[in-house]
Amino acid sequence: MTTTLAPARPTAPAPVRATRAPLRDVATMTRREARRSLRSIDGLITAFALPVLIMTVFVVIFGGAIAGGTGGEYIDYVVPGVLIMCLGMNSATAATGVAQDMATGTIDRFKTLPIFGPSALWGHVVASVVRNLASAAVVLLVALAYGFDPAAGLAGWLGFAGFAVLSVLTFTWLSVTLGLVLSVEASMSVNMIFLFVPYLSSGFVPVDTMPDWLHGFAEHQPFTPIIESVRGLLMGSPDAGTIVTACVWLVGFLAASVVAGGRLYRRRTAR
Amino acid sequence: MNDPMIAVRGLRKSYGRTAVLRGVDLAVRRGEIFALLGPNGAGKTTTVNILTTLVQPDGGTATIAGADVVKQPAAVRRSIALTGQYASVDEFQTGEENLVMMADLAHLPKRVVRRRAHELLERFDLTDAARRRVGTYSGGMRRRLDLAISLVADPAVLVLDEPTTGLDPASRSQLWEVVRGLAADGTTILLTTQYLEEADRLADTIAVLAQGTIAARGTAEELKTLVAGDHVRVTFDDAASLATARELGVVGLDAAEEDLRALALTFPSAEPVRAIRDVLDRAESRGLAVAGVSVVKPTLDDVFLALTGSAATDRTTGTTDQTAPEEALR
Repeated sequence: MTTTLAPARPTAPAPVRATRAPLRDVATMTRREARRSLRSIDGLITAFALPVLIMTVFVVIFGGAIAGGTGGEYIDYVVPGVLIMCLGMNSATAATGVAQDMATGTIDRFKTLPIFGPSALWGHVVASVVRNLASAAVVLLVALAYGFDPAAGLAGWLGFAGFAVLSVLTFTWLSVTLGLVLSVEASMSVNMIFLFVPYLSSGFVPVDTMPDWLHGFAEHQPFTPIIESVRGLLMGSPDAGTIVTACVWLVGFLAASVVAGGRLYRRRTAR
Repeated sequence: MNDPMIAVRGLRKSYGRTAVLRGVDLAVRRGEIFALLGPNGAGKTTTVNILTTLVQPDGGTATIAGADVVKQPAAVRRSIALTGQYASVDEFQTGEENLVMMADLAHLPKRVVRRRAHELLERFDLTDAARRRVGTYSGGMRRRLDLAISLVADPAVLVLDEPTTGLDPASRSQLWEVVRGLAADGTTILLTTQYLEEADRLADTIAVLAQGTIAARGTAEELKTLVAGDHVRVTFDDAASLATARELGVVGLDAAEEDLRALALTFPSAEPVRAIRDVLDRAESRGLAVAGVSVVKPTLDDVFLALTGSAATDRTTGTTDQTAPEEALR
């Protein structure tokens, strides 16, 4: 080290500071997460390249073999499932961000600042919503290019957008909460929830083509009403009961994650 | 103004059935550099976590600049800054972005945020690297940025939890210089460390934390006087000589501490020169192979071992255990 430090001199007195500024805190944290996403090759691949690949695998590779079993074009059947899977996987990256922030003591440092409590977590969540909407748009454009033929009107698209935001909020808060308790390595597996569990739903193949013993789980697990809701909204045949069931699941998980995440955030320290 | 900046009384904290802090008292004056010295597991980080409002104590009180850490955490957070054990800076942001972010989180007025960031970059010799991502920084640069970030809001109390762990000696003394400068400007510094040298060279007052209580406190010189006198260290060529050396009849040698790996015996002596002569004379007449002798001045190490070692290890069971507290210090 050949650098020498400038001699210590009195710093200018700190200017008067606002006591509370929750919106500024969340905006600052969101900017931080946006930088993390945009500057990570892994993150960009998960957000944009992987969804397109998954879409291609189902539509181009499996599509031909599965066609016929779903009553209509397979691409119209599978796009909602792929969309939800991608939103989930893309939300799950927040778990690793939070786990890293815990491990490096960054969250400890944030907690010693006079800022709005869990603004670091909200920064992940807001950034994730933005990232996911961009990713969903790309997936939809690619789907349209492959021949996806949605039947939604304006109300259907707005409904889908709102439903997607609620889904991302839930998936991200769940991931953030898991990130607070998991090691960095373990947090990388959170995306398995979103990559694997949707297969055991009506998202990719109709439930009645699955073995009998899977029916109970496949019909009642949350991804089935969630994906069916998206399918209804995009294909112009929304079913109120299915959407309500899906929203109950999503809001339930969201509330539980926000409460648990907030508590864990206050209680857990890096060491 | 005579009130201590940090006042801790009877602080207690247990995790499950493990009592980590069993009644810790501390008082740190404004502008003082106060070192909390102790081995791993002594309770240093728990103390820091309580003082920085991260963890709730089970009992006792702690105030920072007059604000209670439990009852007025928001006020405490406005007067402290924590620099943790690892440099908690974002690798994916540039140095400047890290500083601007912390200035925003400190709620500095928008118009001064950038100016403050640049001021600190300059002060910590990071201006040239300001627009590079921290992922490309060296360890010393990260520590400097870490410290700069802590100073964004001009805290009255700076808490440094093992600030030089993993730094090379040059970066370490550079950091010490900065900390001294801050204290000279009136910042109160609470520092935890497991490096005796760091406490010795940097701190105005040292408190030795062992087994969850303060075993001793004072200046480095005061603490050294707790260990009486000089020691004589005799090393041998072989284990057989070491084994029989205790029977030479030199004052103090029969109770010497044994270091089997170094083949050395160390014992306190009021008259070290005479003790050395006696050892050499008698060893020669008995045919023992002495490899070397030296007089050992008391160090903070000795104080530390005297205060924490006997409680931390069971000396009656053998010699290998004795090195444990020393190992913890490296």
